[in-house]
Amino acid sequence: MSASTSSDTYQPKTNLGRVTNFVDTRVGGSSIVKEFGRKIFPDHWSFMFGEVALYTFVILLLSGTFLTLFFDPSMAHTQYDGSYVPLKGVEMSVAYASTLDISFDIRGGLFMRQLHHWSALLFVASVSVHMLRVFFTGAFRRPRELNWLVGCVLLILALAAGFTGYSLPDDLLSGNGLRIIDGVIKAIPLIGTYLSMLIFGGEFPGTAIVGRLYVMHILVVPALILLMIAIHLFMVVIHKHTQYPGPGRTETNVVGFPVGPVYAAKAGGFFFIVFGVVAVIAGNFQILPIWDYGPYDPSPVSAGTQPDWYIGFVDGALRLMPGVLWGFPFEYVIFGGFTLSLNVLLPALVPAGILFGVMFAWPWIERWVTKDTREHHILDRPRNAPFRTATGVAGVIWYCVMWAAASSDLIATHFLVSLNDVTYWLRALFFIGPIIGFIVTRRICLALQRKDREIVLHGRETGRIVRLPHGEFIEVHEPLNDYKLHRLVSFESPEVQPAEPDAKGKISGTEKLRGRLSRFFFEDRVAPVTPAELAAAHSHGGHDEVETAESKAEISSR
Amino acid sequence: MKALSQKRRHPLAAIALLLMGLLVTGGLYAVAGTVNEAQATTTTFSAQDIEEGEKLFVANCATCHGLGAVGAPEGAHGNQAGPSLIGVGAAAVDFQVGTGRMPMQMTGPQAQQKPKQFNEEQTMQLAAYVASLGAGPAIPEEQYLDASEGDPAAGGELFRVNCAMCHNAAAAGGALTRGKYAPALAGVSEKHIYEAMVTGPQNMPVFSDANISPEGKQDIIAFLKTIEEQGSPGGNSLGSLGPVSEGLLIWTAGLGVIIAFTIWLTQRSS
Repeated sequence: MSASTSSDTYQPKTNLGRVTNFVDTRVGGSSIVKEFGRKIFPDHWSFMFGEVALYTFVILLLSGTFLTLFFDPSMAHTQYDGSYVPLKGVEMSVAYASTLDISFDIRGGLFMRQLHHWSALLFVASVSVHMLRVFFTGAFRRPRELNWLVGCVLLILALAAGFTGYSLPDDLLSGNGLRIIDGVIKAIPLIGTYLSMLIFGGEFPGTAIVGRLYVMHILVVPALILLMIAIHLFMVVIHKHTQYPGPGRTETNVVGFPVGPVYAAKAGGFFFIVFGVVAVIAGNFQILPIWDYGPYDPSPVSAGTQPDWYIGFVDGALRLMPGVLWGFPFEYVIFGGFTLSLNVLLPALVPAGILFGVMFAWPWIERWVTKDTREHHILDRPRNAPFRTATGVAGVIWYCVMWAAASSDLIATHFLVSLNDVTYWLRALFFIGPIIGFIVTRRICLALQRKDREIVLHGRETGRIVRLPHGEFIEVHEPLNDYKLHRLVSFESPEVQPAEPDAKGKISGTEKLRGRLSRFFFEDRVAPVTPAELAAAHSHGGHDEVETAESKAEISSR
Repeated sequence: MKALSQKRRHPLAAIALLLMGLLVTGGLYAVAGTVNEAQATTTTFSAQDIEEGEKLFVANCATCHGLGAVGAPEGAHGNQAGPSLIGVGAAAVDFQVGTGRMPMQMTGPQAQQKPKQFNEEQTMQLAAYVASLGAGPAIPEEQYLDASEGDPAAGGELFRVNCAMCHNAAAAGGALTRGKYAPALAGVSEKHIYEAMVTGPQNMPVFSDANISPEGKQDIIAFLKTIEEQGSPGGNSLGSLGPVSEGLLIWTAGLGVIIAFTIWLTQRSS
């Protein structure tokens, strides 16, 4: 049939060939494979964290499906009758009992639970590292701003997936976590109490929350993540992958391997490597021992109660917040006898709001300050964008201070220091840490750029000392080869763009702010070596002489 | 005698010998065991014990606790080198001295555990002396210290409600304010756990018999010993410290191994 209707009269010889031909003539698979198989991906280890995120998500789907077969998201009461002795006969919810059954009475259940949880931790970690890589190399610039937004949404969805999952087993730890969330919701002025009642179906903890979180955890959030991943990857294909600067790499090409066959084989193999690494961890390291924590009961709170690492920064901010500061209470009764709990509201929402707000807006902030609206497919080395690297490090330090605060009790017990002192220090670092981080990072970046300049102009110090016939000692400097040279000289260094008047000849307030920011960011800059400078350095007929002449001059001037 | 030596190669000789040996060891152990038990359950101390205890106290403890254990005078900031020990009871002395916390090595937020400085007899004599100064909790009776008699599930509930907020749900310890802490409970003897509950050492509150009955205390001991013996079912427990150590592992070892693989995969095969 196909042969008679299509112009193609190809007759396959084997059965497999006939089946393939049948499918191909109907869906046009070969052209897709041809197109996609020739897609080029550049090779660099730092480009693979997105893949790790994708693969851990696949592991999460697989292990999660197994867990849904045995988990019962009911908050009905039951008496435990499984094989874990220290909980025998204890009153608990069905959700908690079924999680215990998965852990102790279902073959392979504990491994699957631990696999699911460990890959969740690695999932969010790899998403974060992937985003840091994209940020520090400037890969979010035009045309990829929207994909950066999709990535930010994916991070938030990953946090949502993690938190809803953390709350499902209905153990003491997850219940404590939910109670904190409940407190944060109730701290929202006016609507807080109603919102909390709506979410929990009445007063906390109620009997509905586990079932509701379960639907979010296994249906809504994963579906949204899948949708976002599809958009994310689609945009990667459209935009093509970015690449690090190098000889032959331009803004209009991509240098690397085609998907088929090398890259596909590597990526496929990497999936099994990631799966293997997570499986080894899951098989050897215990995670969330719900049997230690016991069933949820609103009265007890265990020492060492923390959220999983990715929610830690919010918990840390809550721990850092003082209740009363220099006699000023952060919780007071306002009109009508309502309580305004700024001591909960501020730390729970403000740092996370700032962090995510700046993260979402950064591509536009940078574009506005630099006035750079060109497309960028070549990545920046972090040292060649000192302002961005410094801002990023400041953000990372701010995050890490809050993160560390979430484990302030463990810092106190394990380093034998006072818990109060840990809190005071972290409070101070919360404010000055990012500033110090910004200044130091920018100085380090500029210093590295100067070092690069030095190497380009004078070559690499070989450490080889040569004695010349007339008795003078010199160190031989080895010039760089073209590949290394290219890496060190081919970058852009933005310059200060002073505030400019608009068409009416006026300088608006925002433009003044932009000008000030531009000066703040780019006042200190190290320009890349120009070809003229390079030629000048080399035309001295060997920099050894240049070097010695300079040092002689230096000595005589003393 | 000759008949015995002739039968020494009999097939059953070895079994008979083994049985005999077992009987002798078992019998001796039983005798020794009852002797020990009899000593341990002695709650009334002899006058000589008290006298010896006073000598030890004057030599080792009176510097801080004062002669006659009335406590040191208050210092500059209301600090007291050592509190009065009248009425703390024999259990407090047995716990503090028996775990090496007293005599204190140095002043600090709380007394640290260290190798014991007194042997069992000296500890008993000190306890006898302090108990003679005023009525207080006695060294617990043996019957409540047998973990196998307690109900670990009931003990677990009591532990989570009363103890876990400081000692951690898995009894791995936790931080308190200003450098004080609740220690991990693995490896603490049944007697010392019980004594800690009735005397409230360092910053720990007292759990009197009206608060947690002796049977309840026995259940808690049973729970602690059960979770200590069973180990962690899921592999290495990472210190039972909760999500922080888990996050630390995935960020260091987990991501480290993954990064090593990414570098290996993107290596140019030249």
